[in-house]
Amino acid sequence: MKGYFKLIFPALFIAGWEIAAILVNNPFVLPMVWDTLVVFTTPFTDLFGNGSLMENALVSIYRVSLGFIIACIIAVPLGVLLGRYQVLEEFSDGLIQIFRPIPPIAWVPLSLAWFGLGEPGNPAPASIEYIIVIGCLFPILVNTIDGVKRIKKSWVETARIYQANELQCLTKVIVPAAGPGIWNGLRIGFGIAWMSVVAAEMLPGTTTGLGYLILFAYNWNQEQIVIAGMIAIGLIGIVMDQFFQYVQRSKFRWEALDK
Amino acid sequence: MTAFDKIWVTVKNVARQFSTRKEMVTALENVSFEVHDGQFVSLLGPSGCGKTTLLRMIGGLDVPTSGTITIDGKVVNGPSPKMTMVFQEYSLYPWRTVAQNVGFGLEMIGTPPDQRKAEVEKQLKLVGLENFSDSYPYELSGGMRQRAAVARALATDPAVMLMDEPFGALDAQTRNKMQHELLHIRQETKKTILFVTHSVDEAVYLSDKIVILTPRPGSVHEIYDVPLPFPRDRTSMEFAQIRKNILQVIEELETDCQNI
Repeated sequence: MKGYFKLIFPALFIAGWEIAAILVNNPFVLPMVWDTLVVFTTPFTDLFGNGSLMENALVSIYRVSLGFIIACIIAVPLGVLLGRYQVLEEFSDGLIQIFRPIPPIAWVPLSLAWFGLGEPGNPAPASIEYIIVIGCLFPILVNTIDGVKRIKKSWVETARIYQANELQCLTKVIVPAAGPGIWNGLRIGFGIAWMSVVAAEMLPGTTTGLGYLILFAYNWNQEQIVIAGMIAIGLIGIVMDQFFQYVQRSKFRWEALDK
Repeated sequence: MTAFDKIWVTVKNVARQFSTRKEMVTALENVSFEVHDGQFVSLLGPSGCGKTTLLRMIGGLDVPTSGTITIDGKVVNGPSPKMTMVFQEYSLYPWRTVAQNVGFGLEMIGTPPDQRKAEVEKQLKLVGLENFSDSYPYELSGGMRQRAAVARALATDPAVMLMDEPFGALDAQTRNKMQHELLHIRQETKKTILFVTHSVDEAVYLSDKIVILTPRPGSVHEIYDVPLPFPRDRTSMEFAQIRKNILQVIEELETDCQNI
């Protein structure tokens, strides 16, 4: 019953869309539901020489994964250190607070100036990866710092009582204890990375990816492809977020239960 | 007590001050006592008299402002491998199973896994948790969690076990049962135990020696030897008399404190 209930509003929304499309009667402004769905029923069909929906989605997923992994490799260890050693945190806090609110899109000009357009055929040019990395670096970093700082003091003291050295303290107590906070940062970070990649793919010189596809389709007045691309972006975002939530529930079950 | 008794813990003229935003607060001053091998010593005093601070300093988690604390003749500067500590809130790691928690100390000092496993099994058996080795702490009751914490403390075979109000969070019935079991464990392992409590009854039931602390700033008011043999009978006249005497001492201390 609950499952059906959740579907009522999306169904009404689609019905409203169809009605609006009929009333507008102009596919360049609002395409029909069916015309949009056709793009999904034929995901491997080449779209005006720009590759299929699936191909472009995979390119975007590849880009976001690469940038996200790079950001994790930088932000998680750094966050653990900044959370553990207050001196380091105080030292770097000002800089982090200034950089954090800058939206990834604002980095576009500098990214182009530094890394150029990228060569044709390179699926993951540095200019795009830079924007993804800078976009998700800060949420991961800030959540990791916060997760480490909120660890129960007695957990670390217990480790010291049992003669744990600093490395053991970090790997056996601090990182597992901060695990739920770090994972939450990864989840938020991935969401931002995914938004960033779509935006970055609209950069000049890009010829692949879902962001490119919807911009190109707009220029060719193919609004059904624009909307199909947007839906694909949304669906991939949901699937990834569900994955992060699933791991949170199964791997970090103790956080909710340990009272 | 003979002259050959080994002294594990010596606290000599210890004071501890904390600085708050406005002033220096003296939590403890002029505290001196000793803990001999195999003794069960309780630190008894009202809340806020600094008994936990004192225990933390002995455990190497805090540093005295003045005075010295030695363990086995060496001045404490950080947690000593000869000592372990059991916290009131258990402080088990919720992402580890009971067995992994009990084996934590051995893991830290690099005991090989098979040896560790055998030791963990032995300790779980001693505290009656042998059927819960794969459970997680949040699946256990408060009493069982504290037993797991005690097993973890015993696994590294320390000479001295520090216990900071270990049964304070338990209900009265479980608390009595745990006290009884602690005496059993003590008998089996011959450990030296330094125990913090604010319960007179608990202190009289468990201890060879009770260090009565004054309210803030905490200092040693009296060191009381409990002359009763183990196991003790709470309903006996002697037990009741000792408890009454100590309660009187503490009440007087608190009245004096209020008069200041």
